[in-house]
This record gives sequence, C-alpha cells and structure tokens, in this order.
Amino acid sequence: MHVMYFTEQPMSAYPAQIGLDFGATALMFSNKYFDPVAGSRLYNEYLEHYIYAEEMGVEGFMLNEHHNAPFCMQAKCNIFASILAAVTKKAKIVLLGNPLPLAENPVRLAEELAMIDMISKGRLVSGFVRGGGQEQLAAGVNPAYNRERFEEAHDLVVAAWTRQGPFRWEGTHYQHRVVNPWAVPLQKPYPRVWIPGVLSKETIIWAAKQRYPYIALNTSIEATKNIWKIYDAAALEAGYEAGPENRGYLQQVHVSDSEEKAEKNARQFLWMQGEFTGLAHPVWSAPSGYFSPEHRRQFVEFAVGRAESPRGRPTFEKQVADGRVIYGTPKTVIPKLRRVLEETRPSIYGLWGNDGSVSNEDARTCIRLLGQEVMPAMREIGKELGLKDPFETDAPVHLRYSSDLKHMPQAAE
Amino acid sequence: MAAGKDWNESVVEVAGSKLHLARAGSGRPVLVLHHDIGSPERLPFYDELAGWFDVLVPHHPGYGKSERPQWLRNVRDVAVMYQWLLADLGVEHVSLIGLGFGGWIAAEMATMAPRDFHRLVLVGAMGLKPPDGEIFDQAIVSYLDYARAGFHDQEAFSRIYGDVSTDQLVEWDLCREMNFRIAWKPYMYNQSLPQLLGGVHAPALVVWGDDDKIVPRSAGEHYAALLPRARFEVVRSSGHCVEMEQPDALARLVRSFIDEN
Repeated sequence: MHVMYFTEQPMSAYPAQIGLDFGATALMFSNKYFDPVAGSRLYNEYLEHYIYAEEMGVEGFMLNEHHNAPFCMQAKCNIFASILAAVTKKAKIVLLGNPLPLAENPVRLAEELAMIDMISKGRLVSGFVRGGGQEQLAAGVNPAYNRERFEEAHDLVVAAWTRQGPFRWEGTHYQHRVVNPWAVPLQKPYPRVWIPGVLSKETIIWAAKQRYPYIALNTSIEATKNIWKIYDAAALEAGYEAGPENRGYLQQVHVSDSEEKAEKNARQFLWMQGEFTGLAHPVWSAPSGYFSPEHRRQFVEFAVGRAESPRGRPTFEKQVADGRVIYGTPKTVIPKLRRVLEETRPSIYGLWGNDGSVSNEDARTCIRLLGQEVMPAMREIGKELGLKDPFETDAPVHLRYSSDLKHMPQAAE
Repeated sequence: MAAGKDWNESVVEVAGSKLHLARAGSGRPVLVLHHDIGSPERLPFYDELAGWFDVLVPHHPGYGKSERPQWLRNVRDVAVMYQWLLADLGVEHVSLIGLGFGGWIAAEMATMAPRDFHRLVLVGAMGLKPPDGEIFDQAIVSYLDYARAGFHDQEAFSRIYGDVSTDQLVEWDLCREMNFRIAWKPYMYNQSLPQLLGGVHAPALVVWGDDDKIVPRSAGEHYAALLPRARFEVVRSSGHCVEMEQPDALARLVRSFIDEN
C-alpha cells in the first residue's frame, strides 16, 4: 500500500464574496485579487506541511498544478517537486501530474523531470494529465488537439528518457531537430508514470493499454468501480490481468482530535462553492473539442443552462454519504477507509487532508494523525486485503517491459 | 425576388472529403461562404440571390453536413479546397460573397488567384487583425451568447433560430470545434494576409453592419484600404450577420455590384 499526502494548495486568502458577485472564481476572475504577501506565507506553510508529513511517515507527496484559479495556487508542480527533491529524504515525489498538452517543448519537460529524479535520488513518480479545459484557455493551447498532443508529448518524453540521442522527432504536433537532453532519469527504464483522471473513458483505456496505474480522483465508490471495469477490460485486451497495483484513488479525508472540529474543517472541501475547480462557465471547463464526442449532446444543454452539470454538484451531506468525503477522529475514519479499500481495492492512496481555510495548526494536526494513526492502520488493512502497490510487486513500468503477457500486444502502443 | 426555391443539393468530394453543396438559380456564378456558426439550410438572402444568379452555397469542410478532414489545419486549406471545388464544377469568373468567417476564406481565395474572380464581396469579414479593437472571442462565451452577439436586434435572431433546438446547439459546438482546429491562434486572422491583398484584381465591396459586435469596423476599413479596387459600405440597423438581419439591403448592394460592368 502506497499512501500519499495531498493538498490542492488552496489560495484561501482571496475575497470570496467578490468572486461570488462576479459569478466566477476561475480563469476570468481577476488576479488583482491575488495577494502575494499571503501567497508567500501560504507557499511556505504548504512546504512545511510536506516536510512534516514525511516526518510523520507518509510514503509519498502527491503534487498537482492548475492555472488562473484560487482553488489551487501551485502553478507548476515541478517547482515544488524540485524543492522537495532537495529537502526531503525518503518519500516519493508523485506528480499527478504535468499537463502534457500544455507543453510546447516536451523535451524540456523530460529534462526537468530527469533532474528531479536525479536530485531526489530516484524518488520521482511522473504522472501526466491532459489538463483541465480552463488550463487550455489559460495557456492558449488548442483544446481540439488536447488528446493528440497528450499522447504525442508522452511518446516524446519517454523517447527522450529512453532512446540514446541525438535523434530527430517529426511528429504531428511536435517537431524537434535535435533531441539529445544532457539529463536523463536515474530510475530505469524510466520513472513510474501514473495517470490520474475523473471520468474520461478514453484516458482510462489509454492508461490500461500502457499498463500505467490509473488514479481515480475523488470519484464515488460506484463510479470508481465502473472505472475499474473499463480498465480491467482494456488490460485483458492488452494481455495482462489488472490488479490493485494498477489502481489508485484520491480521497478527501480530514482527521482531527474531535468529531466536531473534523466536520467543521471537512466542510472546507466544498469551499469552492461545491465545484472543486471553482465557479466557471461550462465552456471554459470543457471547450469545444476537449471532451468526448459522446458527451456532446448532454454538454451543450448544460452549457446554455438547460441541464444540470454532468458531474453534479452534490451537497456536503451527499458527498459524505456516498463516501467521497470522509472526516472524523482516526478511530472513526479508519473503518470508513476500510470500506473503500474493501470495495475498490486500490494499492495507491492519496489522502487529500486539508482544503480551503483550514488553519495551519489544524492542518498540521490532520497530517500528524494521518501519518501516525491512519496510515499505519491502512497499511495493515492493505496487507490483510492483499493490496500490493507497484513498488512491492515490482510491476513493469510500461506494458512493453512486461514478462507475463498472455499474448503479444499490437504494434501500436 | 425570392424566386430561386428549387435548391439542388449534392455531395462533392474534394481532397478526400465529402462536401455538402446547395445550388440554385442561373446567371453569373456566385459562391457564398458562410459564417463560423454554420448556416441555416435556407435563408431569404440565398433565395433572393438565386433569383438573379447561379448561387452555390457549400458547407465548409467539417461544418454542417460536410465531412471533417482530420488533416485540415488552417483557413488557407479551406480556401484551396474551394478552388478545387470550383475547378471540378467548371464554373468560371465566379463572384465570392464571404460572410464573416467566410469572408476570410473568400479573401484568401482572391489572393491565391488574383485574376480569377469577377467580384469579391466581404461582409463583416474576419481574417485581418483589426487595427482598433479585437475580434470577439467565442471561446469564453456560450454558443447561444455568441450567436446572439451576431445580431443588432434580438428579434431578428429569433426569426431565424426560434427557440434554439438542441440539434442547433450541437451543430454550433461542432462548428466551434472546427473553428478551434483551424483558427485558434492567432484567433480568426492571418498575419500575412495584409501583405497579399494588394495583388487582388477583382473589384471588391466591403460591407459592415453598423452594430457589428463580432468584428470591429476598423477591420473592414482596413480591408477596403488594402484591396486595390474596394468600396466600403455600412448597412444600418445590422449586427455582424447582415445577410440574416438585413437581407434585402445586402442583396440590393450585392446585385448591383455584381451586375455593374
């Protein structure tokens, strides 16, 4: 069982009422409301949280990035990863992840990641994401080629990591005269790649075909089970049987020393008005060409206000009831986590401990209780349920390094 | 007027993609190039033109009923496909009427074959970076808000689109995806077009709605200044979609311009 600590790094010091009045707290919500003095304090607090989390025994820091929105002030996960590579010793640095389509130069990304892997002495897990719709707009990257760019950038990064240079890259979206980075990863054949996602079926299938673990982001237990059905079927087609080592899960879990305080702080998980990426126009979150064509009909109705969000905007109570939000003291939280572990059988687990304006003191209490009480219990449950993570099973980094395939995979990967 | 009711619909293959083409009327050939939000199948403006001319209204590749060429990357590619279409159809000395985004395609076509066209009509045309103001960016507004912004009078919008159906919204989303695929950045203009318009021999008529909220009038004035034989006209009480909002006024302007010698 690989258990990680996660936070969105909320920019809590912004005037929420102004955002509500404006009607959006993302993309077009002006950065004149960003306070760099508070930003400086918060970045340093978050940094201390990761260091403290390692002291408390977490096995991984899960980092991500977003742009133009207060729900997440980490604009480049490689920056925090670089710092943690130098100031921490043991925990894995798990990037979930770098938004590949936003990269105009994936070779540069491959170099940065290789540096992080070497500086951290081989602790990098390099997840990749498509980036949210708003990220495409914020970066000026064409949403209509998002998936094509994701796949091609991935292939280029992996080539830069594994093929001896110099070589030339003549792709559809990327052309490089010389690929020959003088920084390559310490881990061989290359750092593990995990793929986080929410609901896009294409990404689940793509991850399964690569044999990359898929990390379900805060989905309900039922939705998570459906994800594994899709993943497992694609894995069988690729020639292997998926198990817990292919499954990851991120969950909002806040622990405290009293139920009351835990509930009060857990409500902060909805601090962005129930949309964890903030209030935004639907066409910002899902620009044309970005989402699966099968959702087009449903989406356009939502975009003009004729239908509810496909993701819904469930209340706190509903999210607690369907297991998306867990809170309490370690004693009450552990049985709830056991249920999730039993029902969905992941071996990689991100605990999203703190959000919104949870105080620094309460955040540290949460980290301490997670590290000292909740995580050891999860590891025991994991052992009992046979939830071995990819490090324990020494799972192949990619399908092509498999030695147990039932049949040869097709040439196209 | 409104004589050409008998529209002949066909499918023409160009560069490996099936294009939808509606054609009606007789006389001088006129190619009408629609907006970035596609086009209703029939419009009073099209019918009026068909009373005087041989009118061809294709759906752009990837828009409406035309197949999407996955390889299509920019608006010049579309212009080349239309040159190919005209060559295959064997029509000569065509007049181009470009509406909004279609105006950009028409301008590209005219620069590619400066001697080929009889007349060039650009209505609220995209394609140039406006010297003053910016082209309204559909990427940050809903389909409905964008389409509505094309009209001066919302009654006119309702006359054309009624209670907008889900099918229409889906079509607008498909159009928008195509717009992104071929005109994402720079958004809706070509930086080299200003340098190339000087070679166009065809007389040009540049028409702008007096309340165009999509493309600033400065872009129209820029077109009129760059095209060697251009005239600039403003249509009153009209937004960007002049052909839908003031069809008679536009048809009159176009008819006399195409027919004059």
